[in-house]
Amino acid sequence: MNKFTRREVLAIGTTAFATVATVALSSSPFALAEAKKTPKSLLESFTGGKQVNEGKITLEMPEIAENGNTVPLSFKVESPMTKDDYVKRVIIISEGNPRPDVATFNFSPLSGEAAASSRMRLAKTQNIIAVAELSDGTFHMTKTEVKVTIGGCGG
Amino acid sequence: MANTKPRIKAPKSAKQGEIITIKTLISHVMETGLRKDKKTGELIPRQIINKFTAKFDGAEVFSVNLDAAISANPYFQFTMKAEKSGEFEFIWQDDNGETYSKKSPLTVS
Repeated sequence: MNKFTRREVLAIGTTAFATVATVALSSSPFALAEAKKTPKSLLESFTGGKQVNEGKITLEMPEIAENGNTVPLSFKVESPMTKDDYVKRVIIISEGNPRPDVATFNFSPLSGEAAASSRMRLAKTQNIIAVAELSDGTFHMTKTEVKVTIGGCGG
Repeated sequence: MANTKPRIKAPKSAKQGEIITIKTLISHVMETGLRKDKKTGELIPRQIINKFTAKFDGAEVFSVNLDAAISANPYFQFTMKAEKSGEFEFIWQDDNGETYSKKSPLTVS
């Protein structure tokens, strides 16, 4: 199915490297920036280099995921969610997937609560980072580790 | 994708000020663009839902920018504060330019 074997991951890596090389030669700045994205650079582009505090946000994921194809994820940010004080965005970043982007959730005062759930793919055991941007311009983060047991399906 | 079918679980009625929970699911492969075709060895092009938006009477309540790490058949659960009667509109945007949408009414008492 959608699982990656070690061999495929390596193959992807090689292909990605080849792509980067080609792109670098053809000097397309957009594609180059895209290829260089790391969890750190993604976090920095989200926060604009501002300080990120711990807390206020909780991220719930299973400790062990048997199937990395669909891992439940839910988060909640402490906030009154009024017009003057609400959560603007929450970004989910993966430290171990081929690409660090998972999703960005955009809230509004209409949301009532800054909480959401979804399901994500995990290529391997790794940390998942959730960062919330509040309407007052502050950032709050949390991190959780999920162990992935790669199942015997496909690959 | 002809077989893309959005499904929604949202209350039809709510009390004023109540925080209601909405669940949405759409059938979609969410092709990552990182997998190879086993026969040809070529990369299968990325095709995912890249944006989900929930609107209430035209105003955006909640939206998500999705990347390939969101599982196939993207599922979202989120909340809204019920303040007045109106209509939900849920919109999914596909990489191939198509959009899928579904509406649901809400009566607030």
